[in-house]
Amino acid sequence: MNKKSMKGWLYLLPAILFLGCFMVYPLIDVLVYSFEEGYNSASQTYLGVGLYNYSYVLRDPYFLQAVKNTFILVIITVPLSTGIALLISLGLNAIKPLRNLYQTVYFLPYVTNTLAVGLVFMILFKKTAYTDGLINLMIQWFGGQSVDFIDGPYWAKMFVLCFYTIWVVMPFKILILTSALASVNPEYYSAARMDGTRSFRIFYKITLPMISPMIFYLVITGFIGAFKAYSDAVALFGTDLNAAGMNTIVGYVYDMLYGNSGGYPSFASAAALILFAIVLTITCINLLISKKNVQY
Amino acid sequence: MKVVLKNLTKRFPSRTKNGADVIAVNNFDFEIPDGKLIGLLGPSGCGKSTTLNLICGLEPPTSGQIFFGDDDVTRLPPENRGVGLVFQNYALYPHLTVLENIMFPLQNLKGPEKMTKPAMREKAMTAAKLVQIDTLLERKPSELSGGQQQRVAIARALVKTPRVLLMDEPLSNLDARLRLQTREEIRRIQQETGVTTIFVTHDQDEAMSISDMIVVMKDGVVQQIGAPQEVYDNPVNLFVSMFLGTPPINVFDGKVENEKLYIGSEAVLSVPGVKDQPVSAAIRPEGFVLDENGPFTLNLSRVEVMGRDTSVVSTHPASRNVTVRSIIPARNKVDRSARTVRFSLLPDKVFLFDVDDDLRLPFVVE
Amino acid sequence: MIQKLDFDKIERRAASRKKVFHAVDYFFLTVWAVMVLFPFYWMLLTSVKSYGTYNSEYIPQFFTLSPTFQNYIDAFTTVDLGRYFLNTLIFTVVTTGLMMVVIIPAAFAFARLEFPGKHLAFTLFLSLMMIPNELVIITNFVTITNLHLRNTFTGLILPSVTSVFYIYLLKENFEQIPDELYRAARVDGTTDFKYLLTVMMPIAKPTLVTITILKVIECWNSYVWPRLITDDPRYYLVSNGIQEIRENGFGRENIPAMMAAVVVISLPLIVLFLIFRKKVMAGVSRGGTKG
Repeated sequence: MNKKSMKGWLYLLPAILFLGCFMVYPLIDVLVYSFEEGYNSASQTYLGVGLYNYSYVLRDPYFLQAVKNTFILVIITVPLSTGIALLISLGLNAIKPLRNLYQTVYFLPYVTNTLAVGLVFMILFKKTAYTDGLINLMIQWFGGQSVDFIDGPYWAKMFVLCFYTIWVVMPFKILILTSALASVNPEYYSAARMDGTRSFRIFYKITLPMISPMIFYLVITGFIGAFKAYSDAVALFGTDLNAAGMNTIVGYVYDMLYGNSGGYPSFASAAALILFAIVLTITCINLLISKKNVQY
Repeated sequence: MKVVLKNLTKRFPSRTKNGADVIAVNNFDFEIPDGKLIGLLGPSGCGKSTTLNLICGLEPPTSGQIFFGDDDVTRLPPENRGVGLVFQNYALYPHLTVLENIMFPLQNLKGPEKMTKPAMREKAMTAAKLVQIDTLLERKPSELSGGQQQRVAIARALVKTPRVLLMDEPLSNLDARLRLQTREEIRRIQQETGVTTIFVTHDQDEAMSISDMIVVMKDGVVQQIGAPQEVYDNPVNLFVSMFLGTPPINVFDGKVENEKLYIGSEAVLSVPGVKDQPVSAAIRPEGFVLDENGPFTLNLSRVEVMGRDTSVVSTHPASRNVTVRSIIPARNKVDRSARTVRFSLLPDKVFLFDVDDDLRLPFVVE
Repeated sequence: MIQKLDFDKIERRAASRKKVFHAVDYFFLTVWAVMVLFPFYWMLLTSVKSYGTYNSEYIPQFFTLSPTFQNYIDAFTTVDLGRYFLNTLIFTVVTTGLMMVVIIPAAFAFARLEFPGKHLAFTLFLSLMMIPNELVIITNFVTITNLHLRNTFTGLILPSVTSVFYIYLLKENFEQIPDELYRAARVDGTTDFKYLLTVMMPIAKPTLVTITILKVIECWNSYVWPRLITDDPRYYLVSNGIQEIRENGFGRENIPAMMAAVVVISLPLIVLFLIFRKKVMAGVSRGGTKG
């Protein structure tokens, strides 16, 4: 190898070292782990090779609960957050005074620590012996029955989780959609106004097709992000998510790896690969749909 | 439909905190006769596009009124004015086909004006045939050339049979060859439909060649209105004389003494009726006549042959431009080795302007 | 031609419709702004209520007339918030710095140098972008444990350094720098490395700033990896610290002190954001995810 090509690889060396150690090797290893049956992390021995880890995980009620929770979370938060973000961005796009102020405020959740602000949501929704919490108080104002959102019924906990997740993902979506809307050539709107196009038709026939690539981008990244939900749930319900019945697939992986029920990297690997397969499938479906629908 | 603009003014608040307002259009007063093609002409930033936006209703005027026929449309939203607008970048919807683009305005009609699908299609087809794009109806705008896109934009503006057609720099995005072709096309379409048309351009060739009338603007103020030839032959001020004509007019520092125009030390033309004063003397390139005994001596730089005629490039100490350019018929031969060249001047191609206010100082042409 | 229209009526209707629309628009925008801001207000408010006041309020009050800073003092004395803070700072600075050292030469090699195997290497790099963190974290956990690097900064930092996406972002940016500059520098006898330092990096500064901002946000908020790799509170980052405070906290459920800790943790990034508002937002819209 001559000096010139050596130099190229030399520049790449640090990146290759890091990626090799902490990405490529783990990637292969996780596959290996997932097929090693009865792996013992203390003695680093295993009994045999097979699909047992997968079948164990798929029969584990905690995993099934985690899958159910994750899917509910994804199905509720992705369309809802994208839809609300679109409405807010349209609203932002239509005003001039105070627009920057609103944009700044809306972006704040992005730069906050998910765990920290989750605590605030917890105390807002939690019902304790001392107080029903602010949200329950409001529910009572409107004549409703108070409910413990943090330690109470499943639907209440799911509601808080979805609510907080939407709160957390909104800044990114609003940011992307406002810049997509702002990049639509204003001449199109002038042209449509000249023709007396009604606002709804302008939105449906012009705005929506023009920003459809960005909407699909948000839906795809939204799906991927929501499937990996974990720290939002920890912030609200604490680290023992299985006990709270609010675990997510990623949470299940980590619990298998470490913590009270941990020490099973094989099960964790199998679960992580199942998650990867789910995300990959959904993303492919999304891409197929977007190919058909993104109009230009 | 005639269009009347009455004392039309548009101010924009200043960008800086304590600066003065920007007056984009100042007291525009003009009556556009029915069925004419009007060119709004001026350098960029002169307020011509703002004028167009005021007429179509995309911006409200600060003061003044706009009438279409006898209707006061000043405060009317654009969709109720019955105008068609062709945008500089065409603003064709990229996700719709040509036919869908042309039909778009029709689909917005509601109430008694609402049209059936076949009727819309037929109307769109008529418009498409008029601009000769009826073979491209199923294509998307990105599959069309610039000239074709332009035609689609015109068809879309015409499909609702507007009372007034407005065009913003309709040719600026086309290459030189297409520009020539398209401007004739615009003229043809305008004459076929008979719709009152106003178009904005910074290119004087474009405006002169197809307009019935041109309006020359500068800094928001109308300088001169008239038929193209008339404005060219009788500019009211120095700006108009300099803005019209290619190659541009040659301007000299001169003075008038005893009804004679002096440039440098030479008395080059007699100008009866002008009193003694310093003047700006503007001479059209075609106003120079090669004359061995002519009164006007210039330092010859070079001769450019252009086939039909010859362009003599020279310099003069009193010239405000770096070079003086004169155009003479090709059959008149210039001695290229000579240091100087002498001309006599055609009085109707020479204009004098006051050095203070740049207004025309008329003299009697014998 | 259109029939005679009642101009006044059209005019008035258009104007009033616009007014109503704007009022409704501002109303809903304000509703969402309140929803965003309210948790922040609540955490500030709670953090200045005294322990006694807070617990005696069965109906929470929307303001307090006797603010106290005792909770902030508690947050730094009763629990080791100062240490968590310092740890996070060290973690963020070192990780971001190391990442720059790794990705800049790599991006430069891909963008500017020619060597055999480059295209294959780049394709492999790109395909790594699709690999989710959850998949590799398992082995990394085992690796770090086996190397006895648990509860060390080395163990915390090393696996967090790499980012294929940022290499990609930077490479795209480097490639936009015209070839002529490189040739001119070569003619002047500049070495590749010097060219990278003195020409390319200054030109690509906006992108470098973007990447730094994104990485800092990521580091400051990282929770999963630190949680797996540290169980000694002396090495907790703020995210783990806050979780620790929540679960074992101040010996009793001291919510005002907890909120004081939350305020302290949230503040640095919010201040950073308010200062570099435009840069952060532009950076996130170019290269951000989350959500």
